[in-house]
Amino acid sequence: MTELALLGPVFEPGFFSNPPVQRALMVGGVVAVVSGVVGTFTVVRGQSFAGHALADIGTAGGSAAFLLGISPLYGFVAMNLVAAGVMELIGIRRPRGRDVATGIVLGAALGLAALFLYLDTTTTSTTGATINVLFGSIFELSASMVPIITVFALTAVGVVVVLYRPLLLSSLSPDLAAARGVPLRVVGIGYLFALAIAVSLSAVTIGAILSTALLVGPAATALRLTKRTGLAMVLAATVGVAATWIGILLAYDSYYWPPTHQGWPVSFFVVTLVLVFYLAAQLPSPRRSRAPDGQPAARTA
Amino acid sequence: MIGGPDQMRGSTLLAVDGVSVSLSGREVLHDVTFGIEAGEFTGLIGSNGAGKTTLLRVILGLVAATSGRVLIGGRAASRQNPLIGYVPQKIALDPDMPLRARDLVGLGLDGHRFGIPRPSAARNALIDEMLDAVDATRFADVRIGNLSGGEQQRILIAHALISRPRLLLLDEPLANLDIRSEQEVVALVSRIATDQHVAVLISAHDVNPLLPVMDRVVYVAAGRVASGTTNQVVCTEALSRLYGHQVDVIHVRDRVLVVAAREDVAVHGGRDAAVGLA
Repeated sequence: MTELALLGPVFEPGFFSNPPVQRALMVGGVVAVVSGVVGTFTVVRGQSFAGHALADIGTAGGSAAFLLGISPLYGFVAMNLVAAGVMELIGIRRPRGRDVATGIVLGAALGLAALFLYLDTTTTSTTGATINVLFGSIFELSASMVPIITVFALTAVGVVVVLYRPLLLSSLSPDLAAARGVPLRVVGIGYLFALAIAVSLSAVTIGAILSTALLVGPAATALRLTKRTGLAMVLAATVGVAATWIGILLAYDSYYWPPTHQGWPVSFFVVTLVLVFYLAAQLPSPRRSRAPDGQPAARTA
Repeated sequence: MIGGPDQMRGSTLLAVDGVSVSLSGREVLHDVTFGIEAGEFTGLIGSNGAGKTTLLRVILGLVAATSGRVLIGGRAASRQNPLIGYVPQKIALDPDMPLRARDLVGLGLDGHRFGIPRPSAARNALIDEMLDAVDATRFADVRIGNLSGGEQQRILIAHALISRPRLLLLDEPLANLDIRSEQEVVALVSRIATDQHVAVLISAHDVNPLLPVMDRVVYVAAGRVASGTTNQVVCTEALSRLYGHQVDVIHVRDRVLVVAAREDVAVHGGRDAAVGLA
């Protein structure tokens, strides 16, 4: 009893018994794991811009789905898979070609998103659509979406696990990978599809605009903390889950905060926590510093 | 001394026979012919843009020859050739890349396979053995991005050799290395080639660092090659014929200077020749 009383100010009444909160914790955790696993390679491959572009492009799909009265998730996934395919087709050989291709697809999709979001708002006479699509709706997910989100999550993680070694090799050097018989295009497009799914999942939870933070932030944090790829993926997932769960808790608690007693958005807390974790990982640690002679410290350890 | 069909014998590990390559309509290599025997150390010398990398990519099966043929161990060039180990030109290794030196060596065994590698004592033993062979044991657990250029070269060489190829291709491994690292890498490659009986084809823009260890030279200029022993190829007569105009080969102590008479042709070996004179 005394323990519960101590935790009272942390967990406001009903936190663990509220179904939308339970669902948010579960889905948010799953999505954070996917973002961490996929995001590690996004950072390693230098595709953060592609990741963010996919999220923005997805808003066209998400807002169209809203207009049709189906879950925005389907719209996000469909739009992002198509966009990933088009980006790969237009040209991904050279980094500059990749950026230009991404930029062109992005511009066109944002135009569509502007149209659909406008129609969403005018036909439903509410601004909720824009907020939902752009900033997420983790407390409003229906129970029927949970198995679908789980299937998408398993697919994205599965693709990265299967492509793990060829992805690593082609991230290091496309030439090296090609000489070893790695099918670069298959690996590249497979990874983009996993990225498209990961971004769609975080778009429906913390929002399209903020999904990059969950994709890149925990992964970048993990890369500072470990020199092993597999461990980096586990750490990134852990950081993401921690940020999401604490963010949900704070958002729930914020309904009880003075002066207005109106809840703050989950996305704000999640993204802020991701930033805090990232900055904490930048703090110098004696283990990571280099010896005065410029040789890696581990050499002398 | 210009390589001919007489080199296409049964024991020839690599046979490049009349290979021409055009990229985007431009002929990059013209009627290139040379051979490498098992265990031989061959330098592929030429200035930037001469066609060295393209030639290596043809041997790797990454670029198709417009005409002519390449045989490795008697079979046509193809990707994923188990007879070839490859060290590509300068890889940009990000300091934050979460990969230890030993992980990169391990990818040389099974990096093209799908799925996550299963840890096994046999795999680890092979990796340790190869790290030891390139004197990299002391930085085996350091992030690859935190290694110096020379250390990264050692790891990439171990990566290329762990699958036990018969021919090791190195694309400009000495570029961007200081003179000491340069000498270390050359000595290491030479020693390993002998120990493991691996033939080496190593590209460089300067012939000097390779002079002490080369069995043969393949000299590339404007897409054409001259091949033979060092003395046969690196001489005024042979290089003048290759370049199509007067080129002087000058010996200064243990080094050679290749000096073009025409001003528009680059002078090879300038940096190291200058050091040799100092």
